[in-house]
Amino acid sequence: MTLGERRNVLKGLLFISPWILGFLAFNLYPLVASIWFSLCDYSVLSQPVFLGAQNYVDLWRDPVFWKALRNTVLFAVVAIPLSTLLSIGLAILLNQPIAGQGIYRTIFFLPSLVPAISLAILWQWMLNGPMGLVNSLLRPPLQAINALFGSHLQAPDWLNDPNFALWGLILTGLWGTGQAVVIYLAGLQEVPIELYEAAELDGTNSWQRFLHITLPMLSPVIFFNVLMSIIGALQTFAVPYILTGGGDGPGRSLLFLATYIYQNAFDYWNMGYASALALCLFVLIIGLSLITVHYGEKKVHYSGR
Amino acid sequence: MKPTHSSFPWFSRLALILLGVLFLLPFFWMVSTSLKPLNETMKLPLEWLPTSPQWHNYPDAMKAMGPFWLYARNSLFLAFLNVVGTVFSSALVAYGFSRLDWRGRDTCFFVLLATMMIPFPVVMVPIYGLFRALGWIGTFQPLWVPAFLAGAFNVFLLRQFFLSIPKDLSEAARIDGCSEFRIFWQIILPLAKPALLTVALFQFMATWNDFLGPLIFLAREEQYTLALGLQALQGTISGTPWHHLMAASTLVLLPVLVLFFLTQRTFIRGIATTGLK
Repeated sequence: MTLGERRNVLKGLLFISPWILGFLAFNLYPLVASIWFSLCDYSVLSQPVFLGAQNYVDLWRDPVFWKALRNTVLFAVVAIPLSTLLSIGLAILLNQPIAGQGIYRTIFFLPSLVPAISLAILWQWMLNGPMGLVNSLLRPPLQAINALFGSHLQAPDWLNDPNFALWGLILTGLWGTGQAVVIYLAGLQEVPIELYEAAELDGTNSWQRFLHITLPMLSPVIFFNVLMSIIGALQTFAVPYILTGGGDGPGRSLLFLATYIYQNAFDYWNMGYASALALCLFVLIIGLSLITVHYGEKKVHYSGR
Repeated sequence: MKPTHSSFPWFSRLALILLGVLFLLPFFWMVSTSLKPLNETMKLPLEWLPTSPQWHNYPDAMKAMGPFWLYARNSLFLAFLNVVGTVFSSALVAYGFSRLDWRGRDTCFFVLLATMMIPFPVVMVPIYGLFRALGWIGTFQPLWVPAFLAGAFNVFLLRQFFLSIPKDLSEAARIDGCSEFRIFWQIILPLAKPALLTVALFQFMATWNDFLGPLIFLAREEQYTLALGLQALQGTISGTPWHHLMAASTLVLLPVLVLFFLTQRTFIRGIATTGLK
């Protein structure tokens, strides 16, 4: 390196120095320390004591860990496709030339602004068994179906039923999907109108145009959003934690990996075990992201940029 | 794209109206419940509106939360420091990643992007240990000092914006003998105001909404943020005061809504651009 080059590097490093410090203190050090702690008996109050792989052996045999892992993956795998479909659908509806487009966009966006604490308490109330608004709305159609077909469908007791608690959380998440709608809408508005006009002249129907124009043109945005949703869904903590009044739901149906890390670290002061869990969560995030990137990159269409 | 006509105009409109009502319903229900007397919240079939709005539920809910205004001050204090810290430090870092050419820059930037895959729950145990060693547990420091060390996402956003500013501007200033920091401070920052405002808004919301951070780092009640104070109210349930919980939830949400409506255009544009680069 010449003297000038070296000066440039120094200048660059000086500008990014806040990030370097943050990276070392809040990313690199914690990751390395987690690996060490996960091999130790560590309670923060005393020095870590080396245990070897004991925490990982415990983890393998811990049914609660498997439950948390299962819930975390299930939540991501169900909630992400649903919210992606809903937000693309809403964005397409919003992209029609309809009076009051801005108002509708605001309506769909607003829920995503609601702080986790307000959101969770509100939905605890919305899903409050027979007293909840959701079931009050579900009851009449269910009764009609029962009368017609002689069935015995009943609205579930969402947050108190281990089979439905996760669905309650998913419903809550769908309500807050507005950010994605705004991003998809912006993506739709970037698609050149000439493409549609040409396709229309070729006598295609609107479904074909959606499949062969809208979807490919939107694919980079979908790809980005899905990737971000995966990282977001896998670290879910605040909303289920508050929805269950600071717990993990009936039969631990709302226990996620982040919740279990929190419980081990700050309820049981078992930081070593919590670190082993944290590394599992990290591996899961990297794994699912890489799978998405691997399969996504082939399908994503980057127009001539 | 602005399609000239839709194949199902009435269908789109009907779907939008129905979905719009569904999305607004929880807000309506929150406010309606917050204005009911307690016995009306328990009535079935439910009443859409309170028979007579109980405005005193709001001051009552604030009293039930304990030192409401102290919590509000704590939340505002943290939000302010986080906004100042993150805007300044992220802009500085973004400048280093966009307006300067240096060897190793792109490698560093790749590492920065990769750190977005490390969410807080993964690293919170060692970070807690670190703050504990510093004697910071039970103080506000863990909740604002990190903001001064730049956030990856904000750096990314600002870098995109800085890259769109013509290079000649900096070159001309350099020829005039301007120091790099002065170019950053006096030329680039003023031009980047819209992007800086976007970052400031995002950070305000993030801090105001944060739950996990205050939950693990704060110890004493007088340091609670509004989010923690509201959770404590939820925890004291004896015959769940839903009218108070809804009133308090509305109060915590209100500043966010006001801020959004004041800055709607910047906000929506900011979010729209995050997905398009």
